[in-house]
Parts: sequence; structure tokens; C-alpha cells
Amino acid sequence: MAGQSCLISNDWICGEYVRTRSQELTDATVQHVWITLASVAIGLVVALPLALLARRWRVVAGPVLGLTTVLYTVPSLAMFSLLLPFFGVSAAVVITGLVLYSLTILVRNILAGLASVPEEAREAARGMGYGPVRLLFGVELPLALPALMAGLRITTVSTVSLTTVGAIIGYGGLGNLIYEGMQSYFKAQVLTASVLCVALAIVADLLLLGVQRLLTPWARSGGAKARKKARKDGKRARTKARTA
Amino acid sequence: MGVIGEAWSWLATGSHWSGGDGVWHRLGQHLYLTLVCLVISCAIALPVAVALGHIGKGGALAVNISNAGRAVPTFAVLVLLLLSPLGTHGDWPTVIALVLFAVPPLLTNAYVGMREADREVVEAARGMGMTGGQLIARVELPLAFPLIMTGVRSAAVQVVATATLAALPGGGGLGRIITAGFRTTDTAQVVAGAVLVAALALLIEGLFIGLQWLLDPMRRRGGRTAVAGRRPPADQAPKAPAVPDPAG
Repeated sequence: MAGQSCLISNDWICGEYVRTRSQELTDATVQHVWITLASVAIGLVVALPLALLARRWRVVAGPVLGLTTVLYTVPSLAMFSLLLPFFGVSAAVVITGLVLYSLTILVRNILAGLASVPEEAREAARGMGYGPVRLLFGVELPLALPALMAGLRITTVSTVSLTTVGAIIGYGGLGNLIYEGMQSYFKAQVLTASVLCVALAIVADLLLLGVQRLLTPWARSGGAKARKKARKDGKRARTKARTA
Repeated sequence: MGVIGEAWSWLATGSHWSGGDGVWHRLGQHLYLTLVCLVISCAIALPVAVALGHIGKGGALAVNISNAGRAVPTFAVLVLLLLSPLGTHGDWPTVIALVLFAVPPLLTNAYVGMREADREVVEAARGMGMTGGQLIARVELPLAFPLIMTGVRSAAVQVVATATLAALPGGGGLGRIITAGFRTTDTAQVVAGAVLVAALALLIEGLFIGLQWLLDPMRRRGGRTAVAGRRPPADQAPKAPAVPDPAG
């Protein structure tokens, strides 16, 4: 083994592979990241109005939740194949499929988050003269953030993992390398791409956790203590408002 | 849309359904793989989850396993197993991958179901002098049943999906119709295969929803006893997704 190239002996772990193909690895990672980002961003943009519609009209809620559940059941390979005639061989196939998958969890979590907003907070905002739009963006969505972010994290992690299947049409990011490695029995390539993919999922999850903590500073110390304090502060603010 | 029509005529062609590459054979492989792997995964995951849920330990494990299952790409695991020494042993890489991805939903749901069995009912049963075994069999399992079945259903759908992907590294099943279509750039065949796979997944999902309803022990109990109306809604199907503490 000594001195022999790990590329020739087809080892699982091969520093030489990472060195010589770093450009290929970077390109695949970049493609993986932008497919994931585009899918999750579009998913969020589509899920929010759907959730609001489902909340506004109960008639809409059933079909929306039902349809997104049905979509979630369709295996990824079939999903991409079914979208192929509509978009041809392009990244749009993969992104559309991933958006459809993301809706299931995003719509549900946004709904759950909005349902958890205390009625008093809504009443208070209305009393302060908030219109429906300002109420939504100024009060309801911020309070729904923990649930929304939890859904976003789940969606992002599974999107990173499902993107690999896009390799079937050549738009799978790191999945492309896994696919090529499978065809040529190139162990180092498959293992490196797989590990990078898992690392990508973990990094994305941690980043979103960080974003969530930045956006919800009131929840940072977490747990009952913070809630008790918030309640006390609220009470104090209310009494202050009354005496003023 | 021309391709839809072509896909339909692909499906309507009798010769596509028979023979070693035919739909019936591939469907048989798919169902066989699904059933075998589902049984193996249930045999592994359910006893562990029930035992952990009963003693109330290992909650972090149940959650972490399901998070890990989500982060690790199925496709990567399938290919890694194919290239490993196991790869030369026929269906084994596929079976192992299928079981690996079926275990997390089974474990998590069954564990949560056992933990969420109404504590007051469990305490009452304990006070009546039930032993641990009786408690599991007569109280916790019936109460956890809806969530356990939800886990089995998710696992079944997961297995069907993973078995489809197994066609990429050359496993059997309906996915082969799709991959063969890609190889020959026959879009009609790709779409036809995808329709079959999607239909199978939805059918399996529907089948398990039906089974869940038919087999629910609390449903039958509710029909017979008069106290059914007063029963606390602990046995009701899973609540909304676990939402972390809303602030304030």
C-alpha cells in the first residue's frame, strides 16, 4: 500500500481525490446549495399565503392540507419524473419537486404557529389601531416564528438530502458526484460527496437555529423562567398602561 | 400534452406488463421488498420503542434518530452500501437501506405514543395492582395504538419510496421502469413508471389509514362500553406537529 496512490487502490478515504478534484467538489456543493436555497425560499413564499388562506377559510384548509400530504407521499424519483414533461431536463424539475415537498411541513407549521398566538396579543394590537396587514407582520408572524422556524429547519434538512435524487437528470448537486461514483465504482468520490451532503444539512440546520435565536431574542433564555418573566413584564406594562 | 398520451399508451400496451422487465414482475418485487423490510423494521424498532416508552427513558435517542434519518440522504446510503463489501450479496444492500430508513419513524412515533398515554389512566392502572407487563398490554399499548400505526404508515411509505430509489444502483422494483426509461431517453416510459410508483405509494398510504381505523382497539372498546363519551381524548390521533414553546 505504501506509496501507492489511493486513487488507484480505490480507497474510501482519499486526500488526493479531495485535492485534485476540489474544483469539481466546489461546483457540486455550490449547485447543491443554490437548488436547496431556491426550493426553500420559493416554498416559504408559496406556503405563507396557503396557510393564511387555510386559516381564513376552513373550506380551503381541508383540501390544502390533504393535497400537500398526498404530494408528500409521492416518492422523490417519481415526483421528478412526473415533472419532467412540464419543464424538460432542467433545474426547475428538481426545484419544483422540492418546493412541493416543503409545502407539507411549512403550511402545517405556519398554521400551528399562528394558532398559538395568544388572543390577548391580537386584541391589544387591534386596540392600538393595527390594521390586518400590520397585525399579521407586526404581531402574529413574529409570535409564530418559533413554530415557523422549526418547520423551516425540518424542511431545509430534508431538502438538502432530497436534492441528491436530482442526479437522475443531472441537477442533484453533490448527488451528481454520488451518481457518477456509483457508475464507476469510485469509492472516495461517493463517500466524500455523501459526507459533504450530511455536513451541509447540519450547517444549514445550525445556521437556521442561529437565525431563530437572533429573531426571537425574547425566547433566548428559554424555558419557564423567561415565560414567567415575560408574563410579569406584561402585567407590569399593563398596570402601567392603566395608571397612565 | 403529448407525453401524457404516450405514457398512457405505454401503460395500455400489454407487452409492457409481462416478462422479467414487465410491470407485474417489478410490482411483485416492490411489494415483496416492502413487506419483508417493513416486518424486519417493526420487529427491530417496536419492541425497543415500547420498552423505552414504558420505562420513560431514551427520549433524546428517539428524537435524534429521526433527525439523523432526515439529514442522511437515502440515495447516498444506497450507493455506499452497494460499493461496500455487502454490495456483492444480491438484495442485501437494498434491504439494509430500507430497514435503516424505516426504523426512525417507527421508533419515534411508538415512543411518543407510549409516553403520551394518559398518565392518570396509567397511574390508576398501577394503583389497581397491574404488573408492568399488564400495564403495557392492557393500558399503554391500546392508548399508544394510533401513534404506533402512524409510525408504521410513515415507515411503509418511506420503504416504498426508498425501494424506488434502490433502482438507481440496480435494485429491483418499479423504480427500474423509470430508470430504464431514463437510460433509453423514453420520456413516456419514465412518466408511466412514475405514475405507477406514485399510485402504489398512495395506495399503501390509504391501506394503512384503513387498517389503523379498523384495528384501533379504543374504537372497538368505545362501541361496547357506556363510558366511551367520558373518555379523555388521550387516545385521539396525534396532535398538531410538535411545536416548540411559543414565547410569551
